[in-house]
Amino acid sequence: MSERNIILKTPGLTMRFGGLTAVDNFDIEVQEGRIVGLIGPNGAGKTTCFNMITGFYNPSEGNIYFYDEDITGLPTHKVCAKGIARTFQNIRLFYNETVLQNVMIGAHLRQRSSWWQAPLNLPSFLREEKEISDKAMFLLEKVGLSDLAGEKANSLPYGEQRRLEIARALATQPKFLLLDEPAAGMNPQESWELMHFIQKTREDFDLTILLIEHDMKVVMGVCEHIWVLDYGKLIAEGPPEEIQANPKVIEAYLGEEYLENA
Amino acid sequence: MMGDRIRNHTLTLVAIFGLATFLWWANGNFDGYKIQIMNLIAINAILAVSLNLIYGFTGMFSLGHAGFMCVGAYVSSLLILPASQKEAIYILEPIIAPLHAAHAPFVVAVLLGGVVAAVFGLLIALPVLRLGGDYLGIATLGFGEIIRVFANNLVPITNGALGLKGIPGYANLWWNYGFMLFTFYVIIRIVNSNFGNALKAIRDDEVAAKAMGIDTYRYRVTSFTIGAFFAGIGGALLASLLTTIDPKMFLFVMTFQVLMIVVAGGLGSITGSIIGSVVITILLEWLRFVENPIIIGSFEIPGIPGMRMVIFSLSLVLIILFRREGLMGMRELTWDTLLSPFGKRGDVE
Ligand SMILES: Nc1ncnc2c1ncn2[C@@H]1O[C@H](COP(=O)(O)OP(=O)(O)OP(=O)(O)O)[C@@H](O)[C@H]1O
Ligand SMILES: [Mg+2]
Repeated sequence: MSERNIILKTPGLTMRFGGLTAVDNFDIEVQEGRIVGLIGPNGAGKTTCFNMITGFYNPSEGNIYFYDEDITGLPTHKVCAKGIARTFQNIRLFYNETVLQNVMIGAHLRQRSSWWQAPLNLPSFLREEKEISDKAMFLLEKVGLSDLAGEKANSLPYGEQRRLEIARALATQPKFLLLDEPAAGMNPQESWELMHFIQKTREDFDLTILLIEHDMKVVMGVCEHIWVLDYGKLIAEGPPEEIQANPKVIEAYLGEEYLENA
Repeated sequence: MMGDRIRNHTLTLVAIFGLATFLWWANGNFDGYKIQIMNLIAINAILAVSLNLIYGFTGMFSLGHAGFMCVGAYVSSLLILPASQKEAIYILEPIIAPLHAAHAPFVVAVLLGGVVAAVFGLLIALPVLRLGGDYLGIATLGFGEIIRVFANNLVPITNGALGLKGIPGYANLWWNYGFMLFTFYVIIRIVNSNFGNALKAIRDDEVAAKAMGIDTYRYRVTSFTIGAFFAGIGGALLASLLTTIDPKMFLFVMTFQVLMIVVAGGLGSITGSIIGSVVITILLEWLRFVENPIIIGSFEIPGIPGMRMVIFSLSLVLIILFRREGLMGMRELTWDTLLSPFGKRGDVE
């Protein structure tokens, strides 16, 4: 365990919005190749952490290291180019585009040819466009959406939109994938499938995955390590069994609902 | 699939050949007025498709088209005006020496008009798009006015309010439709490429586009500059078609007309812009009657100048209220959809 590389380190990460400290001294180390979780009650600051890591917010304090490289304050598109991809809590697809186009847009980041080659119709350009669309098709097969490649993204049911969003993120060839509540709005059967899908994706694409999730079955089932945020502060971390048994966590987050269901 | 592509390419070639035959026939049989309208259709189509790239495909609301046309028109006209004509028309102040000598063949002049317009586009886009897309509308509106003020006051270059007269009328049907096809080809290839997909991604959801690694600023600037290039070409052709230009020609209504075509045809639909150009150019001509006195029996209703634009503004409001997506929405009229009523439906795979 100790010989693994650290893919993400966030010493002292803090985000203040005016008077509100949304995230206070968030300090985690994520090991390469793991699936890890970030949990906490509503408004705890989980999404804000994602927004800082992916360059949407510039942290008020602290740093973000991706493989020892300081990426604090890097613009979002450059963070993605470094190899960090994400999905959104409220799904954000390109709704006027087809399922295939959505994934091709993800793959555009790694495309070498530039726009002026399009009207010139050069063979190298056409070849790369074909490669991109083949690669997108391959990813759609992986997430089980290849039948729907030609459909508009907004015509997909909710669960499939979530999978499309993951396929699109994978198309950017990330090393580190951030999933913001991937199981939200899914029924138990779908979340169960999602758990296996996340595990398989990690294997197939050699990924490290950090996920935010409210569905405790998913979190406990899939995560090897968990951090707990409450009012912007980390209150616990550890393997799922420890987190489940930690009284602070039960009180702050899991509460009565969890005790009843346990 | 492969067979369909070959069929579609063949049909496109046949359509271009059909258009050429029609132009040839029209050249011999149409009167000057009808030919003028046909020329305007081609130029409006160039302008509309280029604005559609900026507004419809990349989602940047721009009001700068008249400004870019103005730049393209002056640059190209100064390059094709004969030196003797320049001496004759610059009566307030003589034209500056380098421009007096400057001369280029028509194609080169038109393309250079586009290039200089693109440089202006780039210079606006670089600072303004830094602020995100929200300020582009107001900034381009200001740009259009500034360009006109310059055209009015840089007398040794533009001949001021007198404008340029006696511009050689090279822009016949062949040139205009040739440049139109060139514009269609380039913009369709761009829009259908994965780069085009990235532009549409920025339009649909900028946040998600950034998260997918798209440098939205750079892509917006690129799209805007390409659009400005073709707007400049449109202006250059218009100048040669009309043979006179002056700063008053490039008022905001000019931008408004192009915007009208794009919105009516459908934001994000090339074929929508083409159909819009045909219909609206003809309508604009036809609507001239409302500005002339109308005699019904013994009554005479006096003509109201500017009435056309009132009707047009009202129609734009109506379109936005009742059919926001325009004629085509984001759809395209393709050979597949055209042929589908003839038993080709369900034959896709
Ligand atoms: N851009 C912003 N400006 C001001 N306040 C913000 C901003 N983004 C988040 N916040 C605030 O920061 C706090 C944490 O929000 P965040 O979205 O990170 O919570 P979360 O843990 O993801 O919650 P949920 O489980 O509901 O998604 C909230 O109080 C929120 O209102
Ligand atoms: Mg959240």
